[in-house]
Amino acid sequence: MSPALSLRRLRSASQGAGVLITLGVLLVALTLGMGQLEPLFRALFPSVSNPLYTRDSYLNLMLAHLGLVAVSSLISVSIGIAAGLFVTRPAGREFEPMVSSLAAIGQTFPPAAVLAIAVPLAGFGFAPTIIALSLYGLLPVIQNTITGLNTVPETTREAARGNGMSAWQILWRIELPLAMRVIIAGIRVSVIINIGTATIGSTVGAKSLGTPLIAGLVSNNLAYIIQGAVLVGLLAIVADLAFERLERRFSFGG
Amino acid sequence: MPAAEQPTRLIGNRVLLTLVITCLLGVGLLPFASMAPNRLLSGQSVSAWVAFEPWQLATLAGLLVLLTLAACERGLSRQTSHGLALAAALGLLALDFVALGGYAHRALAEASPTARVSQGSAFWVLLFATGLIMVDALQRLRPPPLWRALYAAVALLIVVACFTTTLLSPLSIMREFANQRGNFVDELLRHLTLVAGALMPALAIGLPLGLLARRRPGARNALFSVLNVFQTLPSIAVFGLLIAPLAALAAALPWLRELGVGGIGAAPALIALVLYSLLPIVRNTYAGLAGVAPGTLEAARGMGMTSGQILWQVEIPLALPVILSGLRIVTVQAIGLTVVAALIGAGGLGAFIFQGLGQYAIDLVLLGAIPTIVLAVVADFALQLLVALSRPSRAGQGKTT
Repeated sequence: MSPALSLRRLRSASQGAGVLITLGVLLVALTLGMGQLEPLFRALFPSVSNPLYTRDSYLNLMLAHLGLVAVSSLISVSIGIAAGLFVTRPAGREFEPMVSSLAAIGQTFPPAAVLAIAVPLAGFGFAPTIIALSLYGLLPVIQNTITGLNTVPETTREAARGNGMSAWQILWRIELPLAMRVIIAGIRVSVIINIGTATIGSTVGAKSLGTPLIAGLVSNNLAYIIQGAVLVGLLAIVADLAFERLERRFSFGG
Repeated sequence: MPAAEQPTRLIGNRVLLTLVITCLLGVGLLPFASMAPNRLLSGQSVSAWVAFEPWQLATLAGLLVLLTLAACERGLSRQTSHGLALAAALGLLALDFVALGGYAHRALAEASPTARVSQGSAFWVLLFATGLIMVDALQRLRPPPLWRALYAAVALLIVVACFTTTLLSPLSIMREFANQRGNFVDELLRHLTLVAGALMPALAIGLPLGLLARRRPGARNALFSVLNVFQTLPSIAVFGLLIAPLAALAAALPWLRELGVGGIGAAPALIALVLYSLLPIVRNTYAGLAGVAPGTLEAARGMGMTSGQILWQVEIPLALPVILSGLRIVTVQAIGLTVVAALIGAGGLGAFIFQGLGQYAIDLVLLGAIPTIVLAVVADFALQLLVALSRPSRAGQGKTT
């Protein structure tokens, strides 16, 4: 790589960090200080009698939203990586075509429909949302774990074996580090989808940033809608940028 | 000696065996159906032992034994065992529906008219496992596309026959469907109209943008990062954020309002769907065009083709499979996003889902959710077929490389 090129890469990376930090600060500030903006919303929507969602603080809603996404992503990532590892080992190789096509077909299911189908199984509230988010988030993680591990060249594995490494060592020191970028890309897709689906989770009774948004849609209160939508949109963008940086950290030889 | 051609293993197909065990556990342990006094109360579980008639239980046992034999692959050729699995899977599919419908007929004959019978989790497990058995056997057998399509048609015929006869009509969800029949057709058409209405402008904008990204590398990064932001934003947030500006616009311009544009309804839904569809279309158009080998372009130029001819007769035909895969992504995505659009009053099958969630009427929820899933899977399958057909034939590929 030429020095000029690497310098440009470095500069664009630091610019990316700037955008991420700015938006992150904005997200925190809006979450904590939405109340301070009440005069603005009052001026924008004079016909709305109470232009600030006050049934719950935005901090609580944000924490509930993050909780939903964190719990479901933790479940998706641990099961997804375990499943991906199983089907790429000799013992589970036979299951790979089945698991891959299951992950591909499952991802065509609309997330909102999956969420709705979880209701008869688990009732209303936190549980069906967690089930739907975990199941749906599982698929990109499995798919990318399989892809990532399968792209490790056989010669690399052979070389490691020739060096006397055990299967376990090859997995930890060679395969997983080489596949990590693709696996993280899968986790990124999963988390971004889950941030969006958790918003719709408020229609099945889970508290999230979607709660003011849906309340605004039901009562025709544009201010609530904007407050919820801006926060959840900002959250998704910040998460996406953060994952982009994380992915870049794991790119080798690029 | 048939065993000599493959390493001797006790179980030839462990995937199939896992699925057979799943069927057994599901049917043995989970409720197959549920019976409720009316539409809104939750029902009492009915196990398969009660719901299946004796001959149905015997058939189930027989089919599972056949599948276990197919899984062992002992003394059978691979072809035979996969064929056996495919045939037995068709039997399981039919049995699942026949048992459920039969139970509903018998149980409701002596119950009050408001009583409702609905499918339980064992029904879903059996249906799901049957589908996977079919996928596994088809993956292993690798029949020619025509045979594959024929098998899918037979399976589909069984399902259609179950739904068009009176077999399933006493089921709760089918009674909900009968009540909503007119609405259902309207909302389904509305759903499809929204999807088609969004895809056409998305293609009209996205294809030229993809070409632009190919021709002007400088514009590429900026274009992709802007479009990527839309893909990242949660759909409901985009729908929500479009309401205020569109409402203001409609208030300011009466002719727009007369066209039906407003803060809620189809207008914000269509705009959001177009925005979501742009990135996959632009990205795939760019990738398809960039994938055309420089040598091919050189050859076309050498033959004296104009740049317009090269674009239409060389680049686009070669890029078509990749462009169509982009169309496949956005079609499936748009079918799913339109569900959410029901929240801003755009209608579509999502309307049943959210209405059902509001009333805690599970059948209404399923009446919206199941058809959307079927729609997405069918669209995916159909476009996959289109992508495969648009690929240049293998012989041609061999010559160009």
